[in-house]
Amino acid sequence: MRFIDLLTKVVFVFMTFTFALALAGEHFVPVTVYRTGPYAVTGAPAANGIVDYLKMINARDGGIGGIKIAYEECETAYKPDRFIECYERLKNKGEAGATLFHPFGTGLTYSVIDRVPDDKVPLITMGYGRTDATDGRVFPWVFPLMVNYWSLSTAKIKFIGSLEGGMDNLKGLKIANIYHDSAYGRETGPVLKKQSELYGFELAQFPVAHPGIDQKATWLNIRRYKPDYIILRGWGVMNSTALKEAARTRFPADKIIGVTWSCSEQDTMPAGKAATGYRCSRMTGAGSDYPVFKDIVKYVHDKGNGTGPIEEMTTHLYKIGVLSSILTVESIRTAMQKYGNKPMSGEEVRWGIENLNIDEARIAALGATGFISPLKVSCEDHEGQGKVKFARWNGTEFESASDWIETDQSIVRPMIEASAAAYAADNGISIGCN
Amino acid sequence: MDFWFFLEVLIGGLLSGVMYSLVALGFVLIFKASGVFNFAQGAMVLFAALTFVRLVEYGVPMIGAAVLTMIVMVILAIVVERLVLRPLVNQDLIILFMATIGLNYFIEGMAQTVWDSNVHVLDLGIDEYAAFEVGQAFINKFDVMAAGVAGALVLVLSLFFQYTAIGRALRAVADDHQGALSVGIPLRHIWIYVWSTAGLVALVAGLVWGSKLGVQFAISTVALKAIPVLIIGGFTSIPGAIIGGLIVGSGEKLAEVYLGPFVGGAIENWFPYMLAMVVLMIRPQGIFGEKIIERV
Repeated sequence: MRFIDLLTKVVFVFMTFTFALALAGEHFVPVTVYRTGPYAVTGAPAANGIVDYLKMINARDGGIGGIKIAYEECETAYKPDRFIECYERLKNKGEAGATLFHPFGTGLTYSVIDRVPDDKVPLITMGYGRTDATDGRVFPWVFPLMVNYWSLSTAKIKFIGSLEGGMDNLKGLKIANIYHDSAYGRETGPVLKKQSELYGFELAQFPVAHPGIDQKATWLNIRRYKPDYIILRGWGVMNSTALKEAARTRFPADKIIGVTWSCSEQDTMPAGKAATGYRCSRMTGAGSDYPVFKDIVKYVHDKGNGTGPIEEMTTHLYKIGVLSSILTVESIRTAMQKYGNKPMSGEEVRWGIENLNIDEARIAALGATGFISPLKVSCEDHEGQGKVKFARWNGTEFESASDWIETDQSIVRPMIEASAAAYAADNGISIGCN
Repeated sequence: MDFWFFLEVLIGGLLSGVMYSLVALGFVLIFKASGVFNFAQGAMVLFAALTFVRLVEYGVPMIGAAVLTMIVMVILAIVVERLVLRPLVNQDLIILFMATIGLNYFIEGMAQTVWDSNVHVLDLGIDEYAAFEVGQAFINKFDVMAAGVAGALVLVLSLFFQYTAIGRALRAVADDHQGALSVGIPLRHIWIYVWSTAGLVALVAGLVWGSKLGVQFAISTVALKAIPVLIIGGFTSIPGAIIGGLIVGSGEKLAEVYLGPFVGGAIENWFPYMLAMVVLMIRPQGIFGEKIIERV
């Protein structure tokens, strides 16, 4: 018995030592994903995109600046409690601790937003999360990179304006906002209200209870309201169900404008012919004919290391996953320019994110020209003012429906500053840049 | 116009309610035969629908896929009886209930591991968008057909329980496990029959919901809609599942349309539970449930 006891201890010490060695000298990137639960359909391709890009960087470049990336997946099932568990488990892992977290969910973001300043680990909430966290003077550890919810809303209304022949023609229109009744869905209420006052369109809001499998009552209400356009702000099964219910109530799909999180093939395919003509916004360009994707095929899939099926690479959510990993890698790379060639800590990566400057030249170097828009982050602006494209479902695939559209910061910025200032006052935070 | 709108909301709600009843029926069957609330019924709906749609995708004709899926569901019933129910005979019902919670997570995970977690389009060849016009109201043909299927299933199951030897045996087992055993009813076989029948109901519900939403994890959440249906209709009554479904479906839709705007909307998830709570206070066994009288 003593021998077995001793052997167990030796094996345990050996494994701990080996694991520590394995992580030594590597950047640690926690990958919190949801491959199970009601939103697995959308979570799995995004997770595959995240991991494939990290694998590609390790295989092609030997990591970042010669330092490999160590990553570990943790399953959240899109539940805040599970995310907190993942966050607590992974935040101190690796030689320098976690570099950053992508929560992949607004509710998940809110669950740790008060913890990150103490833990000194930044959150990237790309295209989701708390919008007023764009004001880095109040939220130094949170980065709603690319396009936050409110900015996206201004691009949506601009797009509807372009369909109507100009913003002046929005006056008198009736726009219905159908949203997932959650932190994510409710986030755009204030900015839409502001825009309706500004442009003179009538706004009606229709919440849909989670998960949105039966929306008959909502769509009967909408038929009675007779909107000119519908903004679809759903997630998961709610999106395809909404498109089907629209067809059942004879509402034309080309008058429905979806947000980025209602713009995947997983939303349109189950809706069949009901989705043809549907348009929605994206932070990425159409298709996947970009050098960066060819490298993922060459260094990952062709070597038999693809995380998911290769056909998935053309899908929106896979591309979202790739984009989020591009931001991760570029943030670490930027941090290394200041702190040197060593595994980066969360605090160092926070500086890296805040000083990100992905211009056209850098985008070309990344092999992503046309895939993403330029981004420049600062202390005051944790979003970086990315741009938005719209895509149209033609029955079999999404095709481009617009050029890059700039967001309207003259509407959004004062609202962000007011909301962030109120948060700062409530929580005793002094506003400013370090 | 308002009358026609009201009628459309009401009929739409009633038809939705029948769809909930389809899932509720699976719960009723197992509860009637064993007194157990089968928490895994939603997972069974998902598993049956995923099995069917994946077989069809592999090129199996629909009839063949239905037969093969049914065989899989019978195998599942046998495995459940052997590994979960048999070791728990004569245990408290709460222990059996807890076992079905575990079973729920196991079946959900297994369904997604064996098949996958993608959305699968299920085209049964029914035009989902065709509608009748009744005055100025639209009534969807797919919903009417789904209601017809549910009605037929209720009729068959009611006759089965009332007039067949197995049906009577099922009812005897539900009343008293040990009593049923003492008069020679084979408890193990009965549980396999009833779980297989619940598997058939899960397959039908999965096909109807799967063709409406696409076969994906979310269809397992339909089970949450079935719970107030059961509380209102009664856990032991097959017609009660239908009536409960009609009350829940019409109630939630009317509430969403007419009360929703006053309380911020999105009330159709919790409204049926509120109705169920009212029924629990007035008639705990549900409208059609059997009144429990115990000697003291």
